[in-house]
Amino acid sequence: MFFWSLVLIAVGIFSSFIYGRSRIKLNSKKQGTKSKSLPNYYAQYVLMWCLFPALIVYFSWAIFQEQIIQNIVISNFEFIEGAAYNEGLLLAEIRNVANNPSFADGKSVEIINAASQYSSLRQISQIAFYLSIIIIMLLGALYASRKLKPEFHAQHAIERYIQYILIFCSSVAIFTTIGIVFSLIFESLRFFAEVSIFEFLFSTEWYPFIPIREGQTAAEGSFGAVPIFAGTFLVMVVAMCVAAPLGLLTAIYLAEYASQRVRKIVKPLLEILAGIPTIVYGFFAFVSVAPFVKAFGQSIGIDASPTSALAAGMVMGVMIIPFISSLSDDVINSVPQSLREGSFGIGANKAETIKKVILPAALPGIVGAFLLAISRAIGETMIVVVAAGTAPNLTGNPFENVTTVTVQIVVALIGDQEFDNPRTLSAFALGLVLFVITLFLNIIALQIVKRYRERYE
Amino acid sequence: MNNSVAKEKIVSLRKKRSLEDMRFKYYGFTAMCLSLAVLVFLLYTIFSKGYTAFQKTIVLLEVDYNQEVLKLTPDSSDEEMEKGKFFRVKKQAIENFFPDLSKSDIKLIKKLFSINVDNEIKDYFLENPEVINTKQQIWVTAHSDVDQLLKGNSRRDVPEDRRKLNDIQLSYVDQLVEENRVKQVFNNFFFTKADSRHPEIAGVAGSFMGSLFTLFTVFILSFPIAIGASVYLEEFAPKNRITELIEVNISNLAAVPSIVFGLLGLGVLLNVFGLPRSTPLVGGSVLALMTLPTIIIACRASLKAVPPSIKEGALAVGATKTQAVFHHVVPLALPGTLTGTIIGLAQALGETAPLIMIGMIAFIPNIPTGLTEPSAALPVQIYLWVESAERGFQEKSAAAIMVILIFLFMMNAIAVFLRNRFERKW
Repeated sequence: MFFWSLVLIAVGIFSSFIYGRSRIKLNSKKQGTKSKSLPNYYAQYVLMWCLFPALIVYFSWAIFQEQIIQNIVISNFEFIEGAAYNEGLLLAEIRNVANNPSFADGKSVEIINAASQYSSLRQISQIAFYLSIIIIMLLGALYASRKLKPEFHAQHAIERYIQYILIFCSSVAIFTTIGIVFSLIFESLRFFAEVSIFEFLFSTEWYPFIPIREGQTAAEGSFGAVPIFAGTFLVMVVAMCVAAPLGLLTAIYLAEYASQRVRKIVKPLLEILAGIPTIVYGFFAFVSVAPFVKAFGQSIGIDASPTSALAAGMVMGVMIIPFISSLSDDVINSVPQSLREGSFGIGANKAETIKKVILPAALPGIVGAFLLAISRAIGETMIVVVAAGTAPNLTGNPFENVTTVTVQIVVALIGDQEFDNPRTLSAFALGLVLFVITLFLNIIALQIVKRYRERYE
Repeated sequence: MNNSVAKEKIVSLRKKRSLEDMRFKYYGFTAMCLSLAVLVFLLYTIFSKGYTAFQKTIVLLEVDYNQEVLKLTPDSSDEEMEKGKFFRVKKQAIENFFPDLSKSDIKLIKKLFSINVDNEIKDYFLENPEVINTKQQIWVTAHSDVDQLLKGNSRRDVPEDRRKLNDIQLSYVDQLVEENRVKQVFNNFFFTKADSRHPEIAGVAGSFMGSLFTLFTVFILSFPIAIGASVYLEEFAPKNRITELIEVNISNLAAVPSIVFGLLGLGVLLNVFGLPRSTPLVGGSVLALMTLPTIIIACRASLKAVPPSIKEGALAVGATKTQAVFHHVVPLALPGTLTGTIIGLAQALGETAPLIMIGMIAFIPNIPTGLTEPSAALPVQIYLWVESAERGFQEKSAAAIMVILIFLFMMNAIAVFLRNRFERKW
């Protein structure tokens, strides 16, 4: 349906363009004056007045059609007293029967009636859709054609519209942020209506209650997120223990010691490491590193869990090595050459120059890089989903199983998503915490890096 | 006397210092080598675990296309043939697989074959209808357990109750190997089939198409919006607080964890707008919002790289600002923006968490044909297979990783090619 409507819109805008062009030529010939802008601008003007209203209709239909039809079908549905209904399942059944009449065998009369209503509503909606697209395009063209006079500055109008479009494009980022903040806050408020915020932030018991059947109350679950935060912190610390020295030393080597040739080979290789999808690291952690950690733990007499914080953290550390090394590399390279020369001039060798001059000078930038890396590690999902555990565990032992914020979000939202129980909603509260922390780290890091840059530029 | 002591001290100190210098250099070198070694080890792990998935095990089965068993006649129509009783033929073939089988052995032998054997017997017949009432030797797919055993992925020296195949089945498999009734061939299923509960007939075709549709959506949405946004911010935006807000916003969005974008998709696109779950349309929209900052940053860089003289020249001969920008600056910046977009798409291709949030993790056993059909995506498929307890899926997940890495490599190669071919140095 939507493909053909796109064809319809394409035909509409094409003919409106032709119409606009010929109409303005005709009008200016009639009046005997030259038009203020080139004919193409008038054509574009008509085209825009056709295209944008049509697109608005198109998208509102695409977004709202199904919902409105479903609401009508459900509100007309003849519910039988006493029988339990699940709205989502019911709708799925109605849709199945409507799309596939062979499924109708053995279904109740109500469902078959609802299905036929559903398909007839869809047909009506389709016809109305095509009609309204045609009408709105005609209306748009009609409005625009009244302006097709030689004294009208079509080019100015077009350029103004283009500005509006560009402004809309750049505000998508703002809309995205607003969307993120609102969806997180809205669902989190629903969560905190049922679970107290103090329990969430300070209690150490995380037993999210899963309602098995409808009507069960959620009072028995407990949502203390401290073990989850602790697990996230532990994995992050392990990751930074791997990534910070390796990434920083690699950056120092590449920036100060390596020859041009080595840099040219190694930098793209590190970029490969950065471009590998995180699920691949998850696989790697699961298949290679976790068994290795377990064996290593056994050899030194520690009973390591197969989903230990150590395995997940180490692999996550590998993931952020290129992140740290490329950021630190930039920072070290932007330390002015004069500092190095001054240090060499008083007889220091390279290692001393790096340790006593360059690193202190680059310290703010490096701290910024580390903060960005930490925010990366906290928000990373797939490695921990595959390689870390799902059971909360308040521990500082990296050989034990821990869980993280991102894992709990995934766990809460996999499978059936009923938005009426705190378990599902807890994902949004955790997401809000994650968003706030990463945003905070990011703003601080960017500020530090910015101030550092200003110092040397 | 004093002099020589001082000299000695200086020499030893210098030696110490230069040793220190060497040591520090080698620390750096070791760190770099370690990072690269991990990369090599990672690729090696994936390759060594995954290459076996490109082969499947097939077994020679003698099938008797008896017309009475099939309930067909030599002049049945195509439609009737579709409905032939092929499962009965299969049953018979398995009963006669080895001479003189007991009932319990037949049950065990049945488990050596893939669930897909019915279809294979049927397809062979539909292609060669003249074989009716003859006995045919056809190669059919073996069960994943047999496949894994012969590839050496599952061990035979563990106790019987921890093995998928018991001792009797093992002896039958050995007999097959001895009689050359089993061999390994190229696994076409891996590239032509969608996900399945049975490892031997699971493939990446479905998730590959899902990923293509998703990337298509990402491209359609993010490329024009990114160009519009970067043109505005680079060329038109007044220097005021709103512009600054937009810029801060973009740089912060670039650092928001991907899973939060998944929550956005779930909370807004699915719950508020009611877009269809598990579809490339929603997945692509979420990933488009996620990659938008990356692409905008790349676009702005390439717009900045166009020298101002070009725009000024256009303005000097009387073009309006819009004309100067869209006729002269944007076309020159296009290769750079395309490169940035491809890199953004590569990032979107590997992203898993947001897709899980919007339900692209559902089990989809068929190949999607449109943007609004439920489908899987390659990274999510890998996740599903990694998490699966079934042994046969592990090699599949490694092989799917190989597919996604090759895909990523090609995208990056195209980006590099575009950059080298079209980028102009001013």
